[in-house]
Amino acid sequence: MTRATTFNTTVVALAAAAVFTSPKLGVDAASEGGQAPSSIAKPWVMPRTADGKPDLQGTWSNATLTPLERGPKESLHLSEEEAERIENRTREVAEFRDAPSDPDRPPPAKGGDERPLPPGDPTFIERISAAAGGAVGGYNNFWLDPGERVLRIDGKPRAGMVIDPPDGRVPALTPEARQRMGQQAAPRKKFGQFDHPELRGLAERCLTSFGSNLGPPMLPNYFYNNNYQIVQTKDHVMIMTEMVHDVRVIRLGDNLQYPPKSVRLWFGDSIGRWEGDTLVVETTNFHPLQEYRGASENLKVTERFTRNGPTSIHYRFTVEDPTTFTAPWTAELLFNTFDEMIYEYACHEGNYALGNILGGERAKEKREAEATRKPQP
Amino acid sequence: MTRIILGIAVAACAALGAPPLLAGPEATADQAPASIAKPWTLPRTADGKPDLQGSWTNATLTPLERAENTPLSLPKDEVERREQAFRERVSRLAEDSDPDRPAPPKGGDGSTGAAGNVGGYNNFWIDPGDRIAVVNGEYRSSLLTVPASGRVPATTPEARQRAAQRLAARKGMGQYDHPELRPLAERCLMSFGSNAGPPMLPNYFYNNNYQFVQTPDALMILVEMVHDVRVVRIGENLHHSPAHIRSWMGDSIGRWEGDTLVVETTNFHPLQNFRGASEHLKVIERFTRTGPETILYKFEIDDPTTFVEKWGGEVPFNRTEDLIYEYACHEGNYALANVLSGERNREKREADKKKSQQN
Amino acid sequence: MHSKLRDAVVALVGAGAMAAVFYTAMPVLGQQKPATAANIPRLNGKPDLNGVWQTLNTANWDLEAHSARPALAMRPGPIVPVPAKEVIALGAVGSVPGGMGVVEGGEIPYTPEARKKKEENQANWLERDPEIKCYLPGVPRATYMPFPFQIFQSNSAFAIAYEYAGAYRNIYLKDPGPPQVDTWMGQSVGRWDGDTFVVDTNGFHDQSWFDRSGNHHTEQLKVTERYTMTGRDHIQYEATIEDPGVFTRPWKMTMPLYRRVETGARLGQFKCVEFVEELLYGQYRKEPIP
Repeated sequence: MTRATTFNTTVVALAAAAVFTSPKLGVDAASEGGQAPSSIAKPWVMPRTADGKPDLQGTWSNATLTPLERGPKESLHLSEEEAERIENRTREVAEFRDAPSDPDRPPPAKGGDERPLPPGDPTFIERISAAAGGAVGGYNNFWLDPGERVLRIDGKPRAGMVIDPPDGRVPALTPEARQRMGQQAAPRKKFGQFDHPELRGLAERCLTSFGSNLGPPMLPNYFYNNNYQIVQTKDHVMIMTEMVHDVRVIRLGDNLQYPPKSVRLWFGDSIGRWEGDTLVVETTNFHPLQEYRGASENLKVTERFTRNGPTSIHYRFTVEDPTTFTAPWTAELLFNTFDEMIYEYACHEGNYALGNILGGERAKEKREAEATRKPQP
Repeated sequence: MTRIILGIAVAACAALGAPPLLAGPEATADQAPASIAKPWTLPRTADGKPDLQGSWTNATLTPLERAENTPLSLPKDEVERREQAFRERVSRLAEDSDPDRPAPPKGGDGSTGAAGNVGGYNNFWIDPGDRIAVVNGEYRSSLLTVPASGRVPATTPEARQRAAQRLAARKGMGQYDHPELRPLAERCLMSFGSNAGPPMLPNYFYNNNYQFVQTPDALMILVEMVHDVRVVRIGENLHHSPAHIRSWMGDSIGRWEGDTLVVETTNFHPLQNFRGASEHLKVIERFTRTGPETILYKFEIDDPTTFVEKWGGEVPFNRTEDLIYEYACHEGNYALANVLSGERNREKREADKKKSQQN
Repeated sequence: MHSKLRDAVVALVGAGAMAAVFYTAMPVLGQQKPATAANIPRLNGKPDLNGVWQTLNTANWDLEAHSARPALAMRPGPIVPVPAKEVIALGAVGSVPGGMGVVEGGEIPYTPEARKKKEENQANWLERDPEIKCYLPGVPRATYMPFPFQIFQSNSAFAIAYEYAGAYRNIYLKDPGPPQVDTWMGQSVGRWDGDTFVVDTNGFHDQSWFDRSGNHHTEQLKVTERYTMTGRDHIQYEATIEDPGVFTRPWKMTMPLYRRVETGARLGQFKCVEFVEELLYGQYRKEPIP
């Protein structure tokens, strides 16, 4: 290269560095570490592994207050005021629920009681967690940790994660899917929901986490523990979701094959490749029980991971299954740095709940049977 | 210069001329006519050790022990007499039965041997060997050579007590009550007698066939009945398994002393007891290739908790040209099921008879 | 001008030549490396296969690609099939690990009737799998049992001793003629094809299975194995299976054999006949154990 070309290259590089370190690319951090004083903003340089690829490693959380889909008439972005309102209310409600209970309070009403919330529009999180903590009280608020921040991408708060279709809603199910799900549900109609372990949710059975934590797609569960660890080598990316210590191993390379269709894996089989500085991962061969919104056998998920700052990874995914969804759909969210340790989540080993749920129902049935048998006084 | 190189190359080829891998059983074809008896050279493997490989049999008419204080060596005429008597017996038993003979008396005709009485085995199946054992040109009256008495030494009081305990543990049980009470051979766990051992002794019944395959660090001994493999590890600084690891046929370590392979075996399986010896049994074997068709096998039994003195013997292993076949004993073991169920049926019949008599 | 053109031509030809050399030297994807590596031990000029070896796959569970499953013996359940009563107590110890399969082409090419029989075998695994009764495993199942085996190769013999059930194969280096009798392990004849040891085995009866999933054969079975050392501690193993009684064509399975390299590696002993006496004869005890 001539000296002129070298100089030109340097200028371009510096300019690029300036662009990439601008706060616009979503430093929506759960933690605030590492920011230089605003007067001398140090340009961020993409950290790279020994083989020159962007370094996605570390511990991450995708917890957020933003739902997957936005409301039917909502636009993609929230105003900053609305975002702050949601965040403030979330904090307020948590404080309210964390207040010490009145030691002289009477017992709750039979069948449970709904505790009143502070006045104001309930957030999406409140609506979900009411189911968890209300009535007889499945979870005390102490255990819940859905996140504290609204999703902000390019600095702008989002009303939902879905970006395609443009209305921000997951497309409708195909008629085939509705029929299939009807057929699958039919044999279960003769059962009560507590009749057999296989009728309980996957999380209750300790088979997977709540919702679609590891998926893919990897989504927050709005409940607790949305923690991930990523370890990366030149031919593998390993993503471990803390709950329930599940591991996805993404193979990187050319000429990699998916297993035969007869092999079905929890979390599917993932093959990845680098496109520039973005890791693109395609996953198929999902386990038949791991349905994502009705899709399983023909589900294909494509994920794109781009490290976009010191404290976040931009994560975009597309869900395709023409036998289930009337159109493919795409959503995006952030994974934010998470400074704490990852712990062992030995769900099954401590799963008293499932035994108690089934056993409790059997005990109730027995009591009821005996009550009917006893001669009336 | 080139000629010297060529010469060296030829010599090198000759020196490396171990029999090719594709050779079959070792060729005895190049034995010269008796008038020009070619001296036999000990065949060696690529690593220079005596070649013990091939198919062998230790079948013989010579028993383990001899009458007390009789000579080890048999005179030729006695050998001929015994071998002739054996041949006559075999040919007599092989004669066609009289088709008009009456049914045998109830409980059998009282004749002895495996083919006798109610007839477990027709003599057709029996193949104990038809020759008296020859060691160093001497005909042997017993395989046992030490002690000089020709008899297995007495057992220790401790051994007798162990035997009594074993008997006591079975008190109250009939011999057909449980599969574990049947002999090892009937259970297809091991061969009759001590074919695999060690010591590897003929069973005087049938199938005393072995295959030896040898590498620099192992002698593999296949005992045809019941397809048991002993792997003798050969080398320096080898150790036996820990004391609590017990294997059928024990754990064997070998080393070469000159042209003799010396093998020491310990760690025998508790169910495999050799004349009462098991836990502390140590067997030393010595294998020496003595001729184109023979290996001289010496064994020594050492267990001070069982025998009052060490004892041992010499067994010729003779080459056999027959193929070794698969001995799938367990897979065809109808006998054990029938032995046990036969007794159960008999018990039931007797119980039913008693019941009907009472009614 | 002329010399520049000539230089360019020379450069192109040179590049082409180099490319040609490079591409012919590159191993074709999917084929094994030729056994010319300098570190392969040799005996009489041939690769020395002596040692203790073992496979590391799920072939013995199921030769074809398969997801993990709860048990080898299943029965209908209210929602999904569940483990058969006899194996429930084993829990995850009795579960079947998943595997990508070892069959080239993916599926075993059964005739329709033979595929049905395989499924029937699988449905009746507890009664029919000879492994349960500690019967000899046959060939090539003996190779991929979850136990090591030891190859003894000398100047005049080649034998394989398997830890499982003490199974044994003598590989004849000189063909003894047709097998005299049908057996579990067949009669094997071996020869060298360059640096590959090729073993032809026939004379099987039809009682052995290929795995724990009911894959079966008739007495027409012929197995051709190829053992090719690809390095000090690895053998590439292929077995071609022919049996017109059940398959529409011959098919092949391939897998690496790994040398057991730990210090003091040796063949253990698994004489399991004793372990199955309660199973086979327990009903004949004086008093069967309740």
